[in-house]
Amino acid sequence: MSFVKSREAILLAAIVLLLGLIATRFPAFITPHNLASVYSDTTPLMILALGQMVVILTRCIDLSVAANLALTGMVCAMINVAAPDLPVGLTILIALTMGAALGAINGLLVWKLAIPPIVVTLGTMTIFRGVIFLLSDGQWINAHEMSASFTGFPRQVILGVTVMGWIGLAVALLMALLMARTALGRSFFAVGGNPHAAVYTGLNVGRAQFLAFVISGALAGLAGYLWIARYAVAYVDIAGGFELEVVAACVIGGISIAGGVGSVLGTVLGAMFLGIVKNALPVVDISPFWQLAISGAAILIAVAFNARAGRSKGRVILKSAEHAQ
Amino acid sequence: MKLAKLLTSAAVAAGLFAGPAAAEDMRIALVVKALGIGFFEAAAKGAEEAASELGDVEIIYTGPTDTTAEGQIEVINALIAQQVDAIAVSANDTDALVPTLKKAMQRGITVISWDSGVAEDGRQAHLNPSSNALIGNMIVKLAADELPEGGDVAVLSATTTSTNQNIWIEEMTKVLPNYPGINVVGTVYGDDLADKSYREAQGLMQSYPDLDAIIAPTSVGIVAAAQAVVDAGKVGQVNVTGLGLPSEMAGAIESGASKSFAIWNPIDLGYSATMMAYHLAKGDVEAAPGAEIEIGRMGSVTLDETGSAAMADPFVYDETNIDEFKSIF
Repeated sequence: MSFVKSREAILLAAIVLLLGLIATRFPAFITPHNLASVYSDTTPLMILALGQMVVILTRCIDLSVAANLALTGMVCAMINVAAPDLPVGLTILIALTMGAALGAINGLLVWKLAIPPIVVTLGTMTIFRGVIFLLSDGQWINAHEMSASFTGFPRQVILGVTVMGWIGLAVALLMALLMARTALGRSFFAVGGNPHAAVYTGLNVGRAQFLAFVISGALAGLAGYLWIARYAVAYVDIAGGFELEVVAACVIGGISIAGGVGSVLGTVLGAMFLGIVKNALPVVDISPFWQLAISGAAILIAVAFNARAGRSKGRVILKSAEHAQ
Repeated sequence: MKLAKLLTSAAVAAGLFAGPAAAEDMRIALVVKALGIGFFEAAAKGAEEAASELGDVEIIYTGPTDTTAEGQIEVINALIAQQVDAIAVSANDTDALVPTLKKAMQRGITVISWDSGVAEDGRQAHLNPSSNALIGNMIVKLAADELPEGGDVAVLSATTTSTNQNIWIEEMTKVLPNYPGINVVGTVYGDDLADKSYREAQGLMQSYPDLDAIIAPTSVGIVAAAQAVVDAGKVGQVNVTGLGLPSEMAGAIESGASKSFAIWNPIDLGYSATMMAYHLAKGDVEAAPGAEIEIGRMGSVTLDETGSAAMADPFVYDETNIDEFKSIF
């Protein structure tokens, strides 16, 4: 299929159109500097959406990503308070490991106990938030308690883009490689597209779903550190309700909720679309009472576009008969 | 013989106790939501200050170990048994404490609530740390004080439906004419989410390049706005102010993103609650609507029709006192 007709192309066109519309009301929005900052701001959403993509591909859903982000972020912040001199690289490693471990809990429950993923992750979502409360006693960890290197790392600017943005790009490239070039990546598509066929080809469906949750968890953990460092504050309700934005980004990006269909580029563009809407609303001077309705409508329109683009035309198997009519 | 001895010692004991009884210390119990919370430890400090000022007052600082109404009921029952003269309570539940506090009042104990109130029949008077009108005035005053020439300010609130914030903003708008030159350019809503508040603050700085101050009457918003100002490199250009907690705002004061902000002062609150309980227990003043009660260095308060009073303007925190308070609450 040519790129021009693909979902990704339509979404890209929608994003350009959106930017054009915003520029008519607030021209400074499309300066390179501002676009770079919008991209950086969208990075956590993009990272989470890429993790969510893998999970949705396998016909599951992970509602605990935002809670995982908050819990891992809180733990990173607490470690930073206890050991301010810990290298940032190690903090990121801890975040990835811990996030993966939390994701593995989801994965194991789905795989070994065969509980529906939506139930499992709703449960762990609440549990993770509860654990943050237990750990932090409801107290905040604030900017002045965190070390300068901890909060400064994602903000450093390299070639006009923050380190956070580069990390997002690296994650997207790694995921693209994983999905396109590894047996594991292909197995996610196979398992979600047709689980029965996947079993006949020797794939373990449960194991693939487990690994999808681990990947999603690890990325949520990474985003947890980035989030806490970016906003320089950690408390129980960090990123409350963010899991729904992540799912929305995936759906806009053309990931089929029924599993098996989707692409890394689509997910990245879906996250960008939402990120641009979120960043533009405060500056285009629209009443705050309208903002929620507008951002909801934008999601619906994007999804409707996608659904139309993705609709199969039906296959004409008897060309000669058709012409005969 | 033994009996006589016992009687004598009893008499001696009675004599011993009778001596100071003429000028017996009034015992005021300060019951807090839970022990070990910095805010209440500071309130206790204020209560002690009031006690030493009054001279004939003994403060019993107590409370449960966790913030439950059951725990407070136990504590209050023990205080009734000890026959204290007054109980000043910051309640964990508006209604649950009422029966126990009623019992205390029947025994002649003066009962007031402060900070977090109890229902009207459970206390004689209630002391609010401040009032909506005072808060509304304070948040714009903080911005105006840094802008002698006037300037553009914007409000970053919580959600569009947050009752407290909406009332404060309304009160602020009422007193705005008293601050000539201060121009409120807009109100945005960060929904008390750190990331949305941050983005809204960023948006304000982009939409209004000449913005001089952001007023955030919410503790999440003020911290996020301060961070956004630092990240935008606009420290010194845009002043973030409003309501926040010293422990959360210490970084923003240090970076200069916020010159000052306000919130109640727990020391003053403990002090005033003690003063109020003292005068009511002493019978200096009857707890009735319209009654004016002296609260020492804080001036005086007047009870409204619900028996509530507002202590004072929110207390202003800036670089001169932030270090003292950031470890308290």
